[in-house]
Formats: sequence, C-alpha cells, structure tokens
Amino acid sequence: MTTPSLVTQDLTIRFGGHVAVNAVSCAFHPGELTVIVGPNGAGKTTFFNLVSGQLTATSGRVVKDGTDITGMAPSARARQGIGRAFQLTNLFPQLTVLENIRLAVQARSGDGWRMLRQVTAQRGLTAQAETYLEATRLTAVARQPAAALPHGDQRKLEVALLMAMEPDIYMFDEPTAGMSLDHAPDVLELIAGIKADPTKTVLLVEHKMDVVRALADRIVVLHNGELLADGPPAEVMSSQIVRDVYLGTSGGAA
Amino acid sequence: MTNGFTGTLAIKGIVLIIAALLLFAPFLFQDVRSIEVAARICIFIVLVASFDLLIGYTGIVSFAHTMFFGFGAYGAAILLKQMGPGWTPVLLGALAGVAVSLVMAVAIGLLSLRVKAIFFAMITLAAASVVLVLASQLSQFTGGEDGITYKAPDLFKPATKLLSDADGKVLRLFDVRLNGKLASYYFVFLSCLVLFVLMLRFTGSPLGTVLKAIRENEARAEAIGYRVVAYRTFVFCLSATIASLAGTIYAVWLKYTGPDTSLSFAIMIDILLMVVIGGMGTMWGAVIGAVLLVMAQYYLRDLMGAAAEAVASVPLLPELLNPDRWLFWLGIIFILLVYFFPKGIAGTVMARDRTT
Repeated sequence: MTTPSLVTQDLTIRFGGHVAVNAVSCAFHPGELTVIVGPNGAGKTTFFNLVSGQLTATSGRVVKDGTDITGMAPSARARQGIGRAFQLTNLFPQLTVLENIRLAVQARSGDGWRMLRQVTAQRGLTAQAETYLEATRLTAVARQPAAALPHGDQRKLEVALLMAMEPDIYMFDEPTAGMSLDHAPDVLELIAGIKADPTKTVLLVEHKMDVVRALADRIVVLHNGELLADGPPAEVMSSQIVRDVYLGTSGGAA
Repeated sequence: MTNGFTGTLAIKGIVLIIAALLLFAPFLFQDVRSIEVAARICIFIVLVASFDLLIGYTGIVSFAHTMFFGFGAYGAAILLKQMGPGWTPVLLGALAGVAVSLVMAVAIGLLSLRVKAIFFAMITLAAASVVLVLASQLSQFTGGEDGITYKAPDLFKPATKLLSDADGKVLRLFDVRLNGKLASYYFVFLSCLVLFVLMLRFTGSPLGTVLKAIRENEARAEAIGYRVVAYRTFVFCLSATIASLAGTIYAVWLKYTGPDTSLSFAIMIDILLMVVIGGMGTMWGAVIGAVLLVMAQYYLRDLMGAAAEAVASVPLLPELLNPDRWLFWLGIIFILLVYFFPKGIAGTVMARDRTT
C-alpha cells in the first residue's frame, strides 16, 4: 500500500453538547476513490468542512502528506493541495463562467497580488482556464454570468472550479445532486478521469447507489458522526450493521 | 450580446468628454468660481473612485474615508503653516498623511476585517468620529474649528509668471494668464489623472479580479486559495493611501484646511451619494457621480434663481423654486436618480449590455 496522502486522527467537532463528528480516524491514499455514505445528519459534510477548513476541529488532527493542517485557514489548505466542491452551488454569481475558472487558475499561479499587469495581457492563464471549460463542456457559455446558467451547468461549473485548482485531494460533495439525467454522466466521467490518475486522492459524498457502485474503490460509512464501517464496497454493502442503519432494514430475523 | 457594448461605449464617451472639459477648463470657463468647481470635481473623482475600490469592488463598507482624506490634507496644511511655503512641506505632509493613514488602516483592518461587515462599518464610524473631535480639540496644531490658512508653494502664487512677454508682463494664451493659478490647477488635474489611471489599472489587474471574487463570494474565494483577510486589509490600505494623497492635493489647492473642507461627515455623505448615483464597482461611476453632485452643489441655486425669476408672474411656482429650497430639489433629484438608475447611472447603463 502507498503512504496515505490524507489522514484524520480522532477528528472531532462539538457544537455545544452535540458531537457532529466524533473521533473519526481514517487514512486516504493516492489513486483511490473513497465514497463517504451515511444517512442525513451523519456528519458527512461536517467531516468535509473539517478537512477543507471551513470548520476547525475541537480535537484531533488533519494531516496532509505529513503536514499538520488542522489549524490552517481554508486558503492555506487550498495551497497545500486540498480542493473542495460544494453541495450547495457556491460560485461567483455576477462574474462570467470564464472569470470564475480563471480565478481558480490564478490562485494556483500565485498572481493574485499583481496589480499593475492587466488581466487581458495574461493570455496564458486565460488559455489554461479555457481548457477546463472544454473538459466540462461549458465553452459555449463562457461569457455568461454564472448566475444566468441553468442548474445543471452551475453544478458543472462547481466541478470545473475544483478541477481548475488542480489539487492533490479532490473532495466532491454530492456532485450530481439535482442534475438532470443527461448532465450527470458528464460529471461522473470527469470524476472517473481524475480517479484514473494514480497521484490523485478522491473523496466523494454520494447517495445514489449506482454511482457508488460504479466509482467506489472503498466505502466509508458515517453514522451519528462516528465511523461505522470502512472497507471495499462489496464487503461494506453486505455487512449487517450497515444494512441496519443505512439501508433502513430494521434489525431482526428476516 | 447582440448589439455589442453600446451602453459601455456611451459611458466611456461621456467620461472622455468630462476629461476633455476638465483638461481645458481654465481656457473654457474663465471665471474663478468655475475653476474652483473644476478642481473640486478632479479631487472628488479620485476620492470617490478610491472609495469605490472598497464598496463597489470588494464589498467593504467604511465610513472613515474622509478621515484618510483629512490626514493627507492636515499633514500638508500643518507643515505648510509651520515650515512656510515650499515643496518640502508638501512632500513631507503627503508622506506623513499616508503614514498615519496606513497605520490607522492596518490597525482597523487587522482588528476588525475578520468580523461582520456591519461591525466593521461601526468601527470605522467610531474612528472617524474620534479623529474629528481630536482635530477640533488639538487647536494649537489644527486650528480647531477655524482650520488653518497658509501659503502654497511659490509656483502656485497668482502673481507667479510662468511665461512673460517682452515687457515683463505675464503672457496670455487665448486670453488666459499663464500664472501660478493656472499651474496650480494643472497640478491638481494631472495628479488626479495619474491617481485615477492607476486605480483603473488596479481594477483590471489580477488583484482586481480577486477583489471582485471577495465581493461576490468571500467563502469561495477563501476556499480556492485566496487569503481574504490579507486582501481586504490590503485594499483598505490602498484606498486609504489614495484618499490621503487626494487630501494633500486639495490642501495645496485651497490654501486652507479645516474640518468642513476635509474631515466632516458631510463630505462622507457626499462621497456616498456620488458613488451611489454614479454606480458602484465601475470606476466610471465615480467620475459621473462626482461631476453631477459637485455641479448641483454649486449651480443648482443659480439655476433655481433664474427659474424663479422666469416664472415670477405665475402664482406659487416662484415660491417653490426659491433658491433657498435648493436642498429640497437636490433631494428630489437624488430620489428620482436612484429610482430610475438603481445601480447608479454608469452601473445601470452598462448592465443593459449584458441583458440585451
């Protein structure tokens, strides 16, 4: 087995008396796609927020390639190679699709502080941004403000933003939620493409079982903020405890 | 998308005409008052544009903009008073103003840019109030409520002859005396032009795109790798520096600095009105807003006086149009402008391009 790219150790966050994520220890490896499943309120998105920095852990650690990133701001974690796409579309609404992507490319290039050079003169960054638009089939709407796109295209732009960050760790939070059937395969194909790269680690929160089956190398089950099961898809899906809490078959003789 | 960028072109055309009028103002309008108005317009374009960097581009609401303007103005004023006329006090005053502005901006920024926008706005309001009170209390330096009167560098004295004819009299060009007053106006015009063009470059730069990203979605800007607090503090400092420099230029032009010319909240309200009427987040809006409001402040009364005389025989109307009621009419004009141009004049006209 390769050395893990991302490790969480006893990761915990409390909101008052409520423990949303409770002592989750988990290691994620390059070249592996892990699907995180669990009922609503299981702590999946909160776990993501702890890894990408929108929330800071009450206790426990997040380690990326040997660097402790537990206390870092989201921007610092992004520069460490942690990329996140959001469940609720989270774009720059009044900026054009191209400008949205360009911002992510520019953040990686470190040009954000340049103030005398003009954006129009930086053809390289724009050309790079355009390749992500092609990959996500958004080229036709490049000049439209993000807010004007239909929902499906906004979801694709959300994914394109993550891809333009070129992170080591890709975190997708229900990337196909609310997408029409003809749009979803585009996104799943993109994720499959990333998965094929042995240097990239992919974390995916997903409810749709067909998606889980098609993509997962490994499944992690969260329940009430705790890690309930962790293993290869076939093993996890067939385990009785997972069936009980997640698939809703109430325990008892069948 | 179909009929191109006609609205943007129109706005840019208007701004270009305004720039040309300001460039030739001393030759086109030869009375003292017109030149006062033209210089004030130049200064306020810079002041409003620097405020637009905050409110329109980054989404930061600050009420301390006149405070920074005042630091620059008082810096030059105090040194010109103490050291006598010359370029050294102007330069030192500008530097001192910028230095104090930067210290204040960094302090306010680091203390409170992390918190909610409303709290930040309150902090700036408090800081500006304190400085206003200090300026009137420390009267041995600032002249208190009376302000300070001083002399500008020799080059700007009305008696200075830039060029003289064979008899030693000041040379005239198109009937305009080439004297110190003219030099002073062009000092204002050119420094303001340089500052405005610099700001225009900022907004088109990679930094400008990050500012817009922060305005649009702060959390996502942070998530893709931009340190939002650092960017916000930086733009706050940048805006403060430019406001402070505008203050120094104004102090040199007026040869007088007092709370009413460079520190009062009345000016802050003028800036807010100008940026709202012109249109936030466009830079061009600053030009249009500053021109409209300054012109209205100077000429609405005259216009109403003329109108009242013209309708003198009609009952009631002359009373309504009495020049004393100019503020009332100014208010009505603002309400109509905001109603018909919700994004400001430049903002609304340019937004039309996107929807067509």
